[in-house]
Amino acid sequence: MRAVRILARREFAAYFATPLAAVFLVIFLFLAGLFTFEFGGLFERGQADLRPFFQFHPWLYLFLVPAIAMRLWAEERRLGTIELLMTLPVRLRDLVLGKFLAAWAFCGLALLCTTPIWATVAWLGDPDHGVIVASYLGSFLMAGAFLAIGSFVSALTKNQVIAFIVGVLVCFVFLFLGYPVFLDFLSGWAPRFLVETVASWSFLTHFQALSRGVLDLRDVLFFLSTIVVFLAMNGLVIDWKKAA
Amino acid sequence: MDTFLEARGLKKRFGAIEAVAGVDLVVARGEVVGFLGPNGAGKTTTMRMVTGFLEPDAGTVRVHGHDLAADPLHAKAAIGYLPEGAPVWPDMRVRDFLRFVAEIRGLCGAERDERLEEVVHLVHLKPVLGQTLETLSKGFRRRVGLAQALVHDPPVLILDEPTDGLDPNQKFEVRELIRRMGEEKAIVLSTHILEEVEAVCTRAVIVNRGRVVFDGTPAELEAKAPADVTRNRLDHVFRQLTTSEVEAA
Repeated sequence: MRAVRILARREFAAYFATPLAAVFLVIFLFLAGLFTFEFGGLFERGQADLRPFFQFHPWLYLFLVPAIAMRLWAEERRLGTIELLMTLPVRLRDLVLGKFLAAWAFCGLALLCTTPIWATVAWLGDPDHGVIVASYLGSFLMAGAFLAIGSFVSALTKNQVIAFIVGVLVCFVFLFLGYPVFLDFLSGWAPRFLVETVASWSFLTHFQALSRGVLDLRDVLFFLSTIVVFLAMNGLVIDWKKAA
Repeated sequence: MDTFLEARGLKKRFGAIEAVAGVDLVVARGEVVGFLGPNGAGKTTTMRMVTGFLEPDAGTVRVHGHDLAADPLHAKAAIGYLPEGAPVWPDMRVRDFLRFVAEIRGLCGAERDERLEEVVHLVHLKPVLGQTLETLSKGFRRRVGLAQALVHDPPVLILDEPTDGLDPNQKFEVRELIRRMGEEKAIVLSTHILEEVEAVCTRAVIVNRGRVVFDGTPAELEAKAPADVTRNRLDHVFRQLTTSEVEAA
């Protein structure tokens, strides 16, 4: 665990060594505000809740999270620093985890910066804080799942632009797996259980369940296991490139 | 003799190219081995396999008594490695970078600070500690790479072109440093500069097309040159050893 902590700390600090952190946080907050107030009509609705805020998170993450994740491994490969990392007396699992946790913590920080919106609603009215907490949790978990996908994709290439584009695409697929576009494609020929399994992988479905305030353990486990699966594949890719 | 590094029968193939075709590299404590060969001979690939960055197709590596494949953490802990081109994170400050390496290699508290101070002193990094790595000259960057490899005082040092990019004074200093450390450690350094072998190495290993074509002392290497060659005798032998096969093919 010590190694994970040291690696994560270096990685987290790296976001702030360049304007990356500032640019990301400002853009995230700007877009979150724009969506919430302009398109979501937070005030006009006359309801004290954060539905308009959270309902746009999947869209925000679709582009912003792969932007954070794209550099995780691709940049190390491009810089050659992967050689430093891989020759340290550290388990591969700890490397993957350290990088991921730093990026996830950074996403958490961005989310934390949005709490003034929560405070505003609480000041103006009497929102259901339980629902808001569950929504934040769901949003954070979804960000983690997107990040794990992005980290995996980043391990496949040393080109960050490719890592970003492919990352967005894969995240897009997972976001909308439960939607007719994808299901119609399957339902014509695939057995019913397969269609239902695929549909159950939709991030949107699980996130919407959580953001309604229904804190179902299954939704939480869904995101956590998605993270574990993609990080495991991430490790396999790194290991495979070592032997290639 | 304490054998600190023992690589046997290393092989590595990239697609159609056989980069390393059965290399043995056995280094004892007190030896400084100059690892030579033309570009593309398999020097860097061999070093990458010895340090655990690449997995060999065949062969075994033992570092300080630990098998690299079976016990990678202990084996890697015994190695200090300067990779080709001395890669670093450009946005990090020198101080933070060295501190990170020290900590991830298990040093902490007073011991960590002591070791950091020592390596900073050894390779003269004091003036640039607060600078980010991307602002450093090639020579300073190489020395940071060297400091990073020394920070945990490893018994085995693998240095890929440690003096590349240094000016003559810095080259001299680094060679002195390597020679001093060579008394206690097992060191492998790759280089293109043959005079460096005479200056610091107790043994020279020359590879060509993935195979070892010479393994002996610098004096033995020089003795292979014909008597009528009076100048650049090492260059002469090197050319002989590394071009004859090409001509034969």
